[in-house]
Amino acid sequence: MSTCPKYIIEYMHEYLDGDISREHEQVLKQHLKTCTACQEHMHQLSDTVAFIKSASPVTAPPHFEEEVMKRLPKPKNRIGVQKWLRRHPFLVAAAMFILFMSATLFGSFHDDKFSVTKQPNLIVEGQTVIVPKGEVVKGDIVVKNGDIVVEGEVDGNVIVINGEYMASTAVVTGQIQEIDQVFEWVWYEVKQMAKDFVALFENEEE
Amino acid sequence: MDALVKKRIKQVLKGDQNAFADIVSLYQHKLYQICYRMLGNKQEAEDIAQEAFVRAYINLHTFDQKKKFSTWLYRIATNLCIDRIRKKKPDYYLDAEVEGTDGLNMYSHIANEDPQPEDAALQMEFQERIQYEISRLPEKYRTVIVLKYIEECSLQEISEILDLPLGTVKTRIHRGREALRKQLNKL
Repeated sequence: MSTCPKYIIEYMHEYLDGDISREHEQVLKQHLKTCTACQEHMHQLSDTVAFIKSASPVTAPPHFEEEVMKRLPKPKNRIGVQKWLRRHPFLVAAAMFILFMSATLFGSFHDDKFSVTKQPNLIVEGQTVIVPKGEVVKGDIVVKNGDIVVEGEVDGNVIVINGEYMASTAVVTGQIQEIDQVFEWVWYEVKQMAKDFVALFENEEE
Repeated sequence: MDALVKKRIKQVLKGDQNAFADIVSLYQHKLYQICYRMLGNKQEAEDIAQEAFVRAYINLHTFDQKKKFSTWLYRIATNLCIDRIRKKKPDYYLDAEVEGTDGLNMYSHIANEDPQPEDAALQMEFQERIQYEISRLPEKYRTVIVLKYIEECSLQEISEILDLPLGTVKTRIHRGREALRKQLNKL
């Protein structure tokens, strides 16, 4: 058999696969008639196939189906949420916007650096801003993380964030606002933004 | 059967989980059989076959409904089996009792100075012997032999299940048959 051409064994497998060509089958048959070693090989291969095919069918244990169903993930909610999200893209976008907005605003509320609107004739003492007697400040004053004492006049709004407004005989022509709550702060920022937004359009129209 | 399976798949995709029970019921034995023949162990076969169905359920939306469902399902199962086999190498332990040998383990073969597992094979029941011989095949031949002769898949189907070119599948089947022939004729 060691002298037999290699393709004979190839042909045996083609034969077993059931896709041997007529010519190859003829060659194989002719060879097997004369070569006992190859006959034996062919025989063993057929026996091997018969051996493996005689394996009796195996069936899944009882309750297999039940067990699988128990292992499945609970899908209802997930699918429900997904569907809802897909149906309301605008609401999702709005919710995301608000979430991020408040996160940033909340963040900046906790930034506790003292700051004040630059105006001439304002006196700053530590964290207290003073509008001196007899002076007139034209424009708004915003004080962050500090107090304001108004002894003179303010021709505009006074806004105190995280601080106190102290006045005696002051004259403020605009509004006075004290903001020391996160939500107020957020609300104030939002209003401010809306105002800026409106102003933007008004400017454009001019 | 195909029409029913397609209908059930659509129901599952619409969110009807119970429709999946019919799919499991239709394929459970085939799938369990592949896993059992690949792994040679009932507990593992059950576990992997269940896992295969769960994965099929989770990934059902990726199944191309123009294709044959069984091919896709078998593919999930064979991949899981191959992973499991690779993970648990070495594949048998010396002190594990050889199935059907009543207390014989691999040490006794070594002590014999004739470490031929065929001795153990001789004492086995015929069906046990078949499984034993399958388990001795290297995993890449075992897969194709199981699909071809136990599940009776066509070569084309095997090539799709394993995502291998037809030529590779044929070569593996040829080598698998030769390996099995050698195992059987060493007696």
